Amino acid sequence: MDALVQSPAAVAGSGKQKQSTLSGWGRLPVPGRELVGEDLEAATRGAVLSRGLGRSYGDSSLPAAPAHKVVCTRLADRVLAFDAASGLLRAEAGLSLAAMIRLSMPRGFFTPVTPGTKFVTLGGMVASDVHGKNHHREGCFGAHVTALKLRLASDELVECSPTREPELYWATVGGMGLTGHILEVEARLHAIPSSWIWAESSRVGSLDEYLSALAESAPRWPMTVGWIDCVGRGKHVGRGILTCGRWAEPGEAPAAAPREPRAKNFPVDLPSWALNDFTAGAFNTLYYWKHLRRRREGIVHPDAFFYPLDAILHWNRAYGSRGFTQYQCVLPRRAGAPAVREFMELLTRLGGASPVCVIKDCGPQGQGLLSFPLEGTSIAVDMACTSETQRTVDRLNEMVIAAGGRIYLTKDRFTRAEHFRAMEPRLPRFEAARATYDPTRRLKSAQSVRLLGDTP
Amino acid sequence: MTKAALKAAILGATKGMGRELARQMAARGDRLFLLGRDAGDLARSAADLGARAGKDAAGFGHAVCDLERPDSFAPALDAAEAALGGLDAVVVTAGMFASQAELEADVELARRVATVNYANTLAFCEHARRRLLARGGGRLVVFSSVAGERGRKPVVIYGSSKAGLSAYLEGLDHKFHAQGLRVVCVKPGFVKTSMTAGLPAPPFAGEPEQVARQVLARIDRPRPVVYTPRMWALVMWIIRLLPRFVMRRINF
Repeated sequence: MDALVQSPAAVAGSGKQKQSTLSGWGRLPVPGRELVGEDLEAATRGAVLSRGLGRSYGDSSLPAAPAHKVVCTRLADRVLAFDAASGLLRAEAGLSLAAMIRLSMPRGFFTPVTPGTKFVTLGGMVASDVHGKNHHREGCFGAHVTALKLRLASDELVECSPTREPELYWATVGGMGLTGHILEVEARLHAIPSSWIWAESSRVGSLDEYLSALAESAPRWPMTVGWIDCVGRGKHVGRGILTCGRWAEPGEAPAAAPREPRAKNFPVDLPSWALNDFTAGAFNTLYYWKHLRRRREGIVHPDAFFYPLDAILHWNRAYGSRGFTQYQCVLPRRAGAPAVREFMELLTRLGGASPVCVIKDCGPQGQGLLSFPLEGTSIAVDMACTSETQRTVDRLNEMVIAAGGRIYLTKDRFTRAEHFRAMEPRLPRFEAARATYDPTRRLKSAQSVRLLGDTP
Repeated sequence: MTKAALKAAILGATKGMGRELARQMAARGDRLFLLGRDAGDLARSAADLGARAGKDAAGFGHAVCDLERPDSFAPALDAAEAALGGLDAVVVTAGMFASQAELEADVELARRVATVNYANTLAFCEHARRRLLARGGGRLVVFSSVAGERGRKPVVIYGSSKAGLSAYLEGLDHKFHAQGLRVVCVKPGFVKTSMTAGLPAPPFAGEPEQVARQVLARIDRPRPVVYTPRMWALVMWIIRLLPRFVMRRINF
């Protein structure tokens, strides 16, 4: 054992060894322990899974068995190269998006694709093949990645890219960490004209109006997203706020760079009853009417535009210790608006009360073998975990399968293996890639046990 | 008021608090030369600092310097001095840690920890001290630990090595202060780094960013002893007052 470390600090008392647990963003902890270190090459040797900042909602980053070694990449956060002319960046997989933005934005570059939180790692962005408000223009993050360095199940280190070991590469993009540990990521960032966003938002009274507004703005705006009140009943079904945006031109933007906002902390776990139909409904009504004018436009802070929920750290505590899940699916374009309406009606019937329901447009499917987006409409709803959650997810999945859609693994904790197989015609190709690079399926997660039949 | 950029050699900048301190120093324009055990790892940290500081990686030189190999000290410091064209500060964040259980089970490991943290760090500081004094003084900033404040059950061996280091640094300050040497003995409490990753964190555990900020302030305005996070000054004051019969009973 080599015990040489660089940080001499005191070690507090021996302490009682509490059972160590790991959980995703939706909470619901399972027994497990993270292996934290700066040296990913050393840490991943013999490990069965890597995780970043633990922002996937479900069980994608959780160990299949308590004894499994799960590497946390958070401290492997060095930038290895950044070309301020081309925007090409190479970094260790644990670099957070927040840190990457802090580095690139003052130099006129931004991530080509961003999820709804900046508290994710580069490795996690690849493993989930994250998408954002600009999916209809830019596709997923994986489309902008140029190379990856992996540690395979055989412990071998390989460099792959769209041209080098392409099957391994595209299985890894969106592959939930099941094809290898992501050690380094190389990606091309986008040049931005300023560091501010020009946004236009409008209050929309009904679901039909909302969907047609969404369809109409997608070709005109690089970024679109919408919030829907899914608690409202009767004539309020589907009222919402649609937001469109683009990077502001230098002439429109304030001269000063946007200051990094100070996040507030959600200090305590709320009791589980605190968020219920009534409070969620009240919140939604307030949120809807806060947008008093029918239409608003102007310059907004990039964090307020991309990461509104990051303003409150640990907001998942609002759901209390019962935990929560997010159901996110995409319904194909050919199923059209009727499918979206049917989904929303089913959701209301099943009583999925939620202050967060996001509907947006997705562009064509990318090349990641298990990548989530599909040309159509994506719907994401948060829901507290109750004894009904499994049944709700089952019913929603049956509807999504019938419509030809699919779910997002990064959010999922409740889908059944047979449902997943029914919605994923691409699964055999992913499994073939796994069979090539990890024939004994040594790399696994709690999710791969649940959905892909891995042995724990 | 703009301060002139420091020319600093830093031993241990690739990990933990040293990595964060180096990033904050690089971000404000200090010129750094990195010392550490592994040339490849040093090159990666130099690239990281270069990318973050917005200069090319050539701006941050590095040389191998291993606290287990005293013959590497003088050449590494010579290389730093040559590359930077002088030295204003030498920072040591490196050290060796193992848990009390591991150290009790392995006498050779205990000897290594004691040698690295005390005898070899002292030897490195002697080389650094001479170079700084030769140019009229400078800052010698060394990470010791609150573990050295008192003989305690969870850190009997590691703590004693840091106690020796702290005593040496105090003496250096007394002896050479008049000649312009500013010695800063940094005593971190519990800080969330890879070293403490497996341990249950106490309520006032610190973050590396916070520690680096506080140490950086003390590099600019040196003090002989810096507790960080500051709460640990109070904690250790209480620990120092506890009578032996209490220390024998508690597990802290």
